[in-house]
Amino acid sequence: MTDTSQRPLRVLAAMSGGVDSAVAAARAAEAGHDVTGVHLALSANPQSFRTGARGCCTIEDSRDARRAADVIGIPFYVWDLAERFREDVVEDFIAEYEAGRTPNPCLRCNEKIKFAALLDKALALGFDAVCTGHYAKVTVRDDGTRELHRASDMAKDQSYVLGVLDDRQLAHALFPLGDTVTTKDEIRAEAERRGLAVAKKPDSHDICFIADGDTQGFLAGRLGRSEGDIVDESGAKLGTHEGAYGFTIGQRKGLRIGTPAADGKPRYVLDISPVNNTVTVGPVDALDVTALTAIKPRWCGAAPTGPGTYTAQLRAHGGETRVTAELVDGQLEVSFAEAVRGVAPGQAIVLYEGTRVVGSATIATTTRAKAAV
Amino acid sequence: MAYLDHAATTPMLPEAVEALTAQLSITGNASSLHAAGRRARRTVEEARETLADALGARPSEMVFTSGGTEADNLAVKGLYWSRRDADPARTRVLASPVEHHAVLDAVHWLGEHEGATVEYLPVDSYGRVHPDALREAIARNPDDVALATVMWANNEIGTVFPIRELADAAAEFGVPLHSDAVQAFGQVPVDFAASGLAAMTVSGHKIGGPYGIGALLLGREYSPVPVLHGGGQERHVRSGTLDVPAIASFAVAGRLAAEQREWFAREIGALRDDLVEAVRKAVPDAILGGDPAAEGRLPANAHFTFPGCEGDSLLLLLDAQGIECSTGSACTAGVAQPSHVLLATGTDPDLARGTLRFSLGHTSTEADVEAVAKAIGPAVGRARTAGLS
Repeated sequence: MTDTSQRPLRVLAAMSGGVDSAVAAARAAEAGHDVTGVHLALSANPQSFRTGARGCCTIEDSRDARRAADVIGIPFYVWDLAERFREDVVEDFIAEYEAGRTPNPCLRCNEKIKFAALLDKALALGFDAVCTGHYAKVTVRDDGTRELHRASDMAKDQSYVLGVLDDRQLAHALFPLGDTVTTKDEIRAEAERRGLAVAKKPDSHDICFIADGDTQGFLAGRLGRSEGDIVDESGAKLGTHEGAYGFTIGQRKGLRIGTPAADGKPRYVLDISPVNNTVTVGPVDALDVTALTAIKPRWCGAAPTGPGTYTAQLRAHGGETRVTAELVDGQLEVSFAEAVRGVAPGQAIVLYEGTRVVGSATIATTTRAKAAV
Repeated sequence: MAYLDHAATTPMLPEAVEALTAQLSITGNASSLHAAGRRARRTVEEARETLADALGARPSEMVFTSGGTEADNLAVKGLYWSRRDADPARTRVLASPVEHHAVLDAVHWLGEHEGATVEYLPVDSYGRVHPDALREAIARNPDDVALATVMWANNEIGTVFPIRELADAAAEFGVPLHSDAVQAFGQVPVDFAASGLAAMTVSGHKIGGPYGIGALLLGREYSPVPVLHGGGQERHVRSGTLDVPAIASFAVAGRLAAEQREWFAREIGALRDDLVEAVRKAVPDAILGGDPAAEGRLPANAHFTFPGCEGDSLLLLLDAQGIECSTGSACTAGVAQPSHVLLATGTDPDLARGTLRFSLGHTSTEADVEAVAKAIGPAVGRARTAGLS
């Protein structure tokens, strides 16, 4: 296995056209690695007659990535992974919402595309590592295995969306921004100093394959409108919705319920039932979760035996919470020291020991403090 | 470095560079009436005569354009509009499915926006349109055909088309035939008068001239509706101030392309044969695209399909070793897609992803061929490991 702490390496830098991946590639090149830039074309437009025609944003991003590579002075290519992306990320995203869960497509993309399809192709072509602009750190243990840690700057840490990576994937991952304790403005300043035109480019927060940011519209387009009931905890009908897939556990806005709750307090989505197309709403304290079960666990290193105490992160940009977790029959049984809110099946739970990622799993079911639903 | 992408663009000939740079510092709009204008106009007209001579055309048949794409658009759209204006029944456009996008997309646009019925002519496994196929397509209803367009030689797989026979078939019904001869000029005999074509496209930078200049050769009886309206230059068919330096340089390159064509076909053709042999030796299951017979393909083209490989993997591996070639057709986002040419020849779509085009040119050497011979085997081995992702 390649030791990514040694150098120089042949590095394939995934360049999205954004400022982070551009600075990451520049730092890798400056560190003496032999870097090649690649932009992943992820959204095909099969209806278009012109060969390879893309949405304008993608072409613009591709151009930005190319210009960054020019300035860094590295070769640059565009690879078409649209078909893999559609199968493994977009279709998965739709199917998860359809099943009443809340997927994290960025995590899925890291797991299936950047550190699978792309990494495998890179390794086969003779590269040693894939470099991205993620904020996270990889360290090497004495026995040569890898540890994934939170970034030095907790505010920008992205280890949550990388928690699915195993030791082999981490061994070939390079995150040059992981040690950075700087604000985004300082990364922009560094890009400016390096002559990278993406320095002033706005951040992208939205899901990359939903260009207009309208996730509900995207899902409606794919799944069709399907009117159903919005009910309270007793089952009484409060209103209607146009598709249960349009809701997320803990959601407050956009419920469009005419009659206020008896206590006058806001109501939240408590449960989504795709089988009878029903969305259940109720008071905020009904969201309190005391335990959960998570499936498909992945471990950075050996799987722990017996119960252990960890800190856990339950969504991107979420805070930490104390948990006890144990692997039982291949599933992760998690209980919380204090009840937490807004836990959505489909999201990942990532377990940490200090800054170190222990492993991750996909939330399947939750146990509520109030057994209302 | 081994530059083997001359079909994309070929280095400018020193004589063409000299002609271009000499003209850059001379003032004069070729449409002006004073001495400076007349001097510029004289340069343009001499260039027109030189190119007409090199292409077997009359000077009045040369319409300068900004390049091959514009000439193709002018021919396809302009002839469609003028023929339809003369008789509204003429809305059928016949095209080979292996045309360059400059023709293919223009034809498609006519179908989408101008009420054209686009019919793609059948091709054989070399991508070639048989004259009888064109004859049959027109004969089904000769009165509704606006025009036909079939390239002289294919840019990807190098197949040369029987243009004289195709033009004869079209002429039997009085249908104008346009041909994109961008790749053919300088490599196979191209004689506009002898071809019987109504219109023919050529481009500067494919023959050692500058970028941004080309010409539509246009029979004197044809008046296509202009795509660009303006000052009425170029028979009122193509308005725009004439690019005197580019035209002068294009003419020098065109003259040399015609003069050196036999040398080119012999010498560069022999190098190409060496390259084909070397690739086949290193990768026995490589499939040569296009017509294997020397007389049926461009002398500078070697197109291969490597089963189990992605073309863009191969391109990256060769590029890293200083060998520059193409996967087929480039496009906007720089993404390699299965080539429409290969798909039209009946190639399996997965196979079509593993293609490389080596195109030689006037600066190619034995060292270029040796570099490919050395690199291609290991590159294919490695790309096969990477597979079809």
